[in-house]
Order: sequence, then structure tokens, then C-alpha cells
Amino acid sequence: MASIELRNLSHSYDGLTNAIESLNHLWPQGGAYALLGPSGCGKSTLLNIISGLVSPSEGQVLFEDNVVNGDSPQQRNIAQVFQFPVVYDAMTVRENLAFPLKNMKLDKHHIQQKVMEIAELLDLQSSLDKKAKSLTADEKQKISMGRGLVREDVSAILFDEPLTVIDPHLKWKLRRKLKEIHEKLNVTMIYVTHDQLEAATFADEIAVMYQGKIVQFGTPQSLFEQPNHTFVGYFIGSPGMNFVQVNKNQNEVVANDLAFNLSTTQKNALAASDTSNIKLGIRPEFIKLANQATANSYPVDILSVESFGAFKIVEVRFADETWFVRVGEFDQFDATPHYMTFEPTRLKLYLDDYLAGEETDFE
Amino acid sequence: MNKVQNNKAWWLILPMFALVAFSAIIPLMTVVNYSVQDIFDQNTAYFVGVEWYQEVLRNERLHDSLLRQFIFSFSILAIEIPLGILVALMMPKTAGWKTSLTLILLALPLLIPWNVVGTIWQVFARGDIGLFGWAMNALGFEYNYTANAIDAWLTVVLMDVWHWTPLVALLCYSGLRAIPDAYYQAAKIDRASRWAVFRYIQFPRLKAVLIIAVLLRFMDSFMIYTEPFVLTGGGPGNATTFLSQTLTQMAIGQFDLGPAAAFSLIYFLIVLLVSWLFFTSLSLTDKDQLKQGSASS
Repeated sequence: MASIELRNLSHSYDGLTNAIESLNHLWPQGGAYALLGPSGCGKSTLLNIISGLVSPSEGQVLFEDNVVNGDSPQQRNIAQVFQFPVVYDAMTVRENLAFPLKNMKLDKHHIQQKVMEIAELLDLQSSLDKKAKSLTADEKQKISMGRGLVREDVSAILFDEPLTVIDPHLKWKLRRKLKEIHEKLNVTMIYVTHDQLEAATFADEIAVMYQGKIVQFGTPQSLFEQPNHTFVGYFIGSPGMNFVQVNKNQNEVVANDLAFNLSTTQKNALAASDTSNIKLGIRPEFIKLANQATANSYPVDILSVESFGAFKIVEVRFADETWFVRVGEFDQFDATPHYMTFEPTRLKLYLDDYLAGEETDFE
Repeated sequence: MNKVQNNKAWWLILPMFALVAFSAIIPLMTVVNYSVQDIFDQNTAYFVGVEWYQEVLRNERLHDSLLRQFIFSFSILAIEIPLGILVALMMPKTAGWKTSLTLILLALPLLIPWNVVGTIWQVFARGDIGLFGWAMNALGFEYNYTANAIDAWLTVVLMDVWHWTPLVALLCYSGLRAIPDAYYQAAKIDRASRWAVFRYIQFPRLKAVLIIAVLLRFMDSFMIYTEPFVLTGGGPGNATTFLSQTLTQMAIGQFDLGPAAAFSLIYFLIVLLVSWLFFTSLSLTDKDQLKQGSASS
């Protein structure tokens, strides 16, 4: 069991473009973490660097303050589960599960006991003596996961989108199982996924990765309420955060002649920066629509209303941007002009795509 | 609903059938024809029934050749298959000039015509001007493949290993390349030893190509003719006279077409039988697993 630290990590496969770019990060011991990001953002590369299957072009990997760059996966004592099932065809399910333990030359009785424990956990008892080759894809993936979980004293268990091939209803069950196992073993787990729901149900804390960098590390709630980067705002939530490009005008920001009120700290941050890439962002959940203009309201045109059963998503035109607003299922909209209001604290300022001017720093 | 039976599709296999008839069935039937007749010249032949079959079953010369044939085939299989796997395992794993070079070097012996292979080794193994023969003698071994039966055997086996191990290696190499990287990664994570990687990942996935390699090498070596004929001419004495050479001598040298044809048919059946045995025994384990799988699911 170990904390995992990455220092100034960079990796390039072709020497031209970086899959990982000067990344610094610390995963404290014992947490259940998700590494969330779109395809091709470097998630799997990062995972393989942590496990030692790939050695980084630059930077250091530390387990409990020891640099492990030169160590093999075996020396790092890492368990890893891959995206697609990897089973040893010629062995039975039992032999598959026992394989990592057998390679560690553990006592036979102990191996038997561990295998039974894991088989029970993953509902594999009935197929223990079948050849692994004859099983279905999701049974095979359960074996892959079992091999990762069967070792007790691992530094960390890494999952690389392990539920891709699994049936939806089983997915949920297995994710619960993983969480249970985590609570029981108190081992560091890192779970790579591109699915925010999967990340949020598994992890205590989520690291969001974008273009080779971890742009935010925090609880699902903080990712939602305080997206540290415009990408996090856009990627987390459904639909994602609304953004508008604004211009600096003395002490305030304007878009299409509409001025926005900023907090004092936001104004200070704006004054201290000379970037022209200024954006404002707000979650669809924090916008209210009304028929009458009130103080601090902005006029919008309603483009469409789509019902999702429990809620509606309204598409509106505002300051040359298309925004989304999430409203209750029974809210009605007619053709009259509408006005949008929101709590000032929900409006976020982004300078060069990074969150700026917040009262509390969620970094 | 009545199921309409339409047998017209059978006509579609007619071209294939005609082709097989010309390439295999008609020549085979000619041999069957010879084996039941005593032929004196083009116009004089007597039907003798199973007489030739009875005779060849008592023919010591043929039995000795057949035994030599089996010993030869099994020895070259015992060497070429493991050696081919070993060579394939040691070949470079990523594409690049090293891989291309290895593949070309490996394929060279396969490109040489069989009688040239025989000639190359005939010269190579000579004690006076051949590098191999000279080196053996210089190292203190009394080596002479034209006089000593064991030396002749050694040379013939060595020649076959040189000529055909590349085929096994190339087949295995293609089999190894087809294994996804994830398996090796998982093995590393699972702390598998080099031997365990071979035993549980590489070997099970090589089985399919190994069946082909064993079958090809068995059939080819069991019918070997040209190379030993050029190299040793079957000698010294009859030490390296294999079955096809004995049969050729009988049929063309002595014009004993009948007994030669009768034994050719037995020869053919043996090849068929042994190939079938290899094939079923090697693919049996897979079938067992399939049955198990389908019974339980």
C-alpha cells in the first residue's frame, strides 16, 4: 500500500507530441480515485506509467516517497486490470485466479482460500473448473478483475476502463463490488474511465485529465460546483457548463453590450491579468427563466424545449451563444420574451480557460 | 410450410471436383490399376488380383525402407519443431530493418530448389573441399558420409533441419505476432516467469500453427526423395535409402510396376493415417473444451 506521486511527468510516443505533459500529482494512500477524461487524453498512458509497463520520457514516479522509475511492475507490486479481458486460455478459471499467487510462491492452502474468496465476491463459483476459453466476455473480464484483486499486499490496483465489455446491469453491480472491496482492503485504487457517472459512483475523488494534464482533482461535487478549467465545466454535467466569451471594459466585462456583475475577487483577478481569453461560465442547473424582467436579468430567445421525463432542457439564444437551461418537468414556456437570472456566486470567471477569482481556492 | 429441396447447387462443386479428379483421383486410380496387374510391356498385362499386395507385405527391402522413413520423419520433427519455436521466440519483436533482415535470412533456404540443396550439402560435407566435412575432421572426428552410415544419417538429418526449420520458425513467428500485447502486460503484472509466459500464453496460442507445421513437415519428410538421392544416393549400402527411392528403383529401375504400385498405395494410406492421427490428437484438447463450454452454457 502506498501513496503515488508524479513529479514533472512527460511522455511522448513519437518524440513530437506529448501524450502526458509536465504533470504533477499526488494520490494519497488508500483512496478510491477515478481518472476521467475523453479518449486520447493520455489516461491509459498515465496508468501504464504508474504500473511500470511504460517508462516516461521525463519526470519521476514515486511510491511512498521512493522513486520507482527503474522498477518493473513486479517490483512496484502493482495490480492492473485492462480494458479488454485478458485470460489465460489454457487454464481453468480457478488456475487463472490462482496464477498471480502461484507466481509469488505462496502456500497452497492460502491460495485456495483466497481464490474461493474472490470467486465468491465476483460470482464465479459455479464456473471455477471450466476452461477460461469457454466463457463469455463478461465472465472473462470478471476473471481479469479477479486476478487483480486476489493479491492482498499490493501497492495499488489500477483499472483501465474495466467495465467496457460488461452488460449495463452487471456494470452497476460490479462497480458496487469494487467499492466494497476498496472499503474492505483500504488499498489505493485508480479507475480510468471516460464516463462521468462511472467515475462519480466509484470514486471519492476524481482527477479530470485533458490534453495530457490533470486539470482538476476533487470530489464529484467540487467538479460540479467549482470547475477549475473550462474543459471540466464542459465535460462534467449533462449538458455541460454554458460559456460566453467576454471583453474587458474598465472594471467589468461585457458581451454584446450586456454587462456582467463580478465579485470583488473576480474583479481583482481580472485586473491582475492581461489575457484577452476571458470567459464566463454557468451551469444549466443554476439558471432561472422568467416571463418578466427583474433586476440583474438578461433577455433570452427560446430556441427549443426538450423533455427528459424528470426535467426539461431549454435551448436559449443569449449574447450570440447557444446556452442550455435545466428546468422542472412541469414548467411551461410560451412565445413571449424570457428573462434569465442567476445567483451571482454561480457565475464563474475563466482566464485562459482556468478558474479565477474564487473566494476559496479548490486547487 | 414445405421446405423446397433444390439440389441444383451440387452442380456448383463440379469444377472443383473436375480439378481434384485430374490432380489426384485419376493418377491414384492409375496406381490402383497397376497394383492389380502384372505388366510385361505396353500390350501385355495380366490381372493378378491381390497377389502383389501379398508379396509386398513379405518384402524385407520395403519394410526396412519404411522403418528408415519413420525414423527419419520422427527425428527431424523432434528437432525442427522445438528448434523452430526457439528461433521464432528469439526473433526481434518490432517491425524494423532487423526484423526484415532476419526474415529474409530465414527464408533463404526455403527458396533453394531441392536438388540444389542436395548438391550444396554434398559439397559442404566433403572431407577434402567441404567446409563442414573438413571442419569435422580437423576437430578430430572421423567423419565421412559416403562411407559411414551414421555420418550419412547425420548429414541427411542436418540438411533437412537446415532446409526446413525456417518454415517452422516463420509459421511460429506469425503465430507469436498475433498475440495481443495486453497478454504480455498482464503477465508482467501477474509476475509470470519467462517459462510461465511461454507455457500459458505463447504455447497455447501457437497450437494452431504448430498443427500445420507438424503436418506439413511430416508429410513432406515422409515423402522425401530428391535431397538424400542427390546427397548420398541412398548409401552407404542402403543406409539412407528412404521409401520413395526404393519404390522408384522398383518401378522404373526394375520395371516391377505391380508391387511398387501396391506398396505406393499402402504408403499413401500410412501418410493419410498418421496425418489424421496427428491432427485429431493435436486438436482434440480444443474440442474437449468446446464441448465442455457448450454443455455448461
